[in-house]
Amino acid sequence: MANNVCLDRACGKHSQFWTLLALGGLVMLGTLSAFFYLEHHGHIETGMNNQIVWGLPHVFAVFLIVAASGVLNVASIGSVFGKKMYKARAPLSGMLALAMLAGGLAVLVLDLGRPDRLIVAMTYYNFKSIFAWNMIFYNGFFAIVGLYLITLMDHKLKPWSKPVGLLAFLWRLALTTATGSIFGFLVARAGYNSALYAPMFIIYSFAYGLAAFLVVQSVMYKWNNIAVDERILARMKNLLAVFVAAGLYFTAVLHLTNLYFAKQWEFERFLLAGDNVYTTLFWLGQVVVGGIVPLLMLFNSNASKNPAIVFLAALLVLVGGHAQMYVTIVGGQAFPLDLFPGYAETSSFFDGVMHSYTPSIWEMMLGLGGIATAFLITTVAVRVLKFLPQDDFKEIELEAKEG
Amino acid sequence: MSEPNRPESNPENGGRRTFMVAGAAVAGSAIAPGVMLYGIAQAKPADEAVTDKTRWGMLVDTTKCNSGCTDCVTACNTENALSGKTGPQDSQWIRKVEIKNLQTGAQNSLPMMCQHCENPPCVDVCPTGASMKRADGIVLVDRHICIGCRYCMMACPYKARSFVHEPLTEQNPEVPRGKGCVESCTFCVQRVDRDEKPACVEACDKAGHKALVFGDLNNPESDVAKAVKAHASTEVRGDLRLNTGVRYQGI
Amino acid sequence: MARLSSWLRLAALIGAAAVLAAPSFEAAAGADKPTLTRGKGDKCVEDTEFMRRNHMDLLKHQRDETMHKGIRTTKHSLKQCVECHAGEKSGSVAASKEDFCMACHSYAGVKLDCWDCHATKPMAKKPGQAEAKAESKASPLMPNSRNGGAKP
Repeated sequence: MANNVCLDRACGKHSQFWTLLALGGLVMLGTLSAFFYLEHHGHIETGMNNQIVWGLPHVFAVFLIVAASGVLNVASIGSVFGKKMYKARAPLSGMLALAMLAGGLAVLVLDLGRPDRLIVAMTYYNFKSIFAWNMIFYNGFFAIVGLYLITLMDHKLKPWSKPVGLLAFLWRLALTTATGSIFGFLVARAGYNSALYAPMFIIYSFAYGLAAFLVVQSVMYKWNNIAVDERILARMKNLLAVFVAAGLYFTAVLHLTNLYFAKQWEFERFLLAGDNVYTTLFWLGQVVVGGIVPLLMLFNSNASKNPAIVFLAALLVLVGGHAQMYVTIVGGQAFPLDLFPGYAETSSFFDGVMHSYTPSIWEMMLGLGGIATAFLITTVAVRVLKFLPQDDFKEIELEAKEG
Repeated sequence: MSEPNRPESNPENGGRRTFMVAGAAVAGSAIAPGVMLYGIAQAKPADEAVTDKTRWGMLVDTTKCNSGCTDCVTACNTENALSGKTGPQDSQWIRKVEIKNLQTGAQNSLPMMCQHCENPPCVDVCPTGASMKRADGIVLVDRHICIGCRYCMMACPYKARSFVHEPLTEQNPEVPRGKGCVESCTFCVQRVDRDEKPACVEACDKAGHKALVFGDLNNPESDVAKAVKAHASTEVRGDLRLNTGVRYQGI
Repeated sequence: MARLSSWLRLAALIGAAAVLAAPSFEAAAGADKPTLTRGKGDKCVEDTEFMRRNHMDLLKHQRDETMHKGIRTTKHSLKQCVECHAGEKSGSVAASKEDFCMACHSYAGVKLDCWDCHATKPMAKKPGQAEAKAESKASPLMPNSRNGGAKP
């Protein structure tokens, strides 16, 4: 991508803006054609089946939803915890949260067996279902974060930004708790069924969200030819490192707990030491690419002087995040349900064998549509409104001295 | 298991019911033993809602279930107009599972289908309430409000549910099913509502195995209630405390 | 909640109907009105005028009653509609635009969701299965205690 693309209206480089829009639009076109194709032919054209019921679209969708709630953290640190440096980034953070949530939800909806019944999903609620609660949290998130953005951008409403920001913060914690619980509440499956999923997803969201924010911020600065202040970069990269390390910690606790329960050994052997794609993705994708390598990069002494290192580390966290979602969602289903503990099982319905999943191009296109949606919304928003962080360096110095 | 149903103990329609039982007995003995008039033989009139006084259930005697036999599966496919294909994307409402104890080597063959739990996880997780349990314990999918999210398939401990992956035609008029919704064994609800046994049970009887006993668990006089009382039986994944309507004997 | 959601659904339905109807309405203006073939028997279960306006409500009511409560009266059931109204040529209510349901629905441009799942043809009569179960039969599932009354 060109280095000098300016997304702010002030510098008026129209052609690059339209190029970006066309790029996103092209991907969206692919997504929509995949949607109509699948709507006509059914899910038979996907790799998903009666064993792996949630596949690639859900990997992208859940990642975007988790990252969306996490990206709002930047705003929360500013508005709720009063850090000036983060407050300057609150509008961008809020807007990204909305864009990414919209992207994630779009994929979830487009993948439904009956997407034409979206109105049913919005009007029939089973309040015992954590899935139904998620829908309420998602819709509420749009409303609350939208309101929060207004309080940030309207001078008269500025005093309201703190209480509304607090509400948004609490709401996003509830939202990610509910998203993690979608998996945590699945009592029958060895890969899920753990209360740890709720806090673990919150920690993941902190890492993925901040990483997404740093990537977008880096690109915006670069395109506007602005150098990031070293102090700002140092603080944000340290925070990302803490979140990534915490994510690794939760992952370790989940698997150590499982290793202590004899009934979970088979599953852990399958995931941690198996001869399958999930083992590779777990160790290489989630742990090394998404965890250890970014940590080494972020703690490198040159990291705060070199924005490229931070940008790359954040990008790796995002890649590792997708690997984590694939392992969690598809890997959790690939391990067969144990109907008769202590027995070997065979049947015509794939009992007792590892389930296979080969995604088709259609569900890949569907999944990429989520990222394209978030990308398009962000591009347009950054173009029409001022989202570029406006730092007041005197305040930041003051804050740094206070510690 | 809930309290066995005694019609006379029910204040609401106990009187009417007792009267009709007496009437049926009189009619039966007056005409011929075992032969009843039209209407009286009905389990319930068509315009009456099912109630929780009935709990439909099944006992599978795995000692009678033949390892090579798939008559129940074939009967299910015929009754419910399933294709009978067994690819990863094809629907299977009932399947034969062969199990072997890893310690003792003991082998069993048994049919696995929706267990019609009293506390069904699929019903708990369904966002729209499409996954539902009828008052008489039969767990169904209301396809009119199923959005095809497949969360119930994630939640079911028995892998009893299938998703319809392609457009369908030639459905049984009594068993609507179609693309984009989740489905599973209904205990042949269309047959049960007119007082017939599920197709699998009928087929098993016909084959002479008689491994499946179906009926009202709440009625102490029913074959299934007598059978579960007489023999030790177990729930699959009993640790989950779902109180399944289907129980297994001999494992 | 139930009331709120039914209002929401109503609003959504009106919106959807408006969107769906708008283009086809123009196309249909001036076109001949649909001709419906007569069903079996002397008359429908309700007045024609009433059915024209309310068949969807009757069907929806019946659908919930049957699905959730196991009420299987035939008067307003979709299966019974198909029994009487299946076209002579196609044997179906929705196979072609001449068939009973499609004749109107394609004219009005209202998409039908029923036939994705429901059979459009009447039940094939199995040999030996009598129309109204008039033969005497003991109840195999309900010995002794559970016998319903004769139909009113």
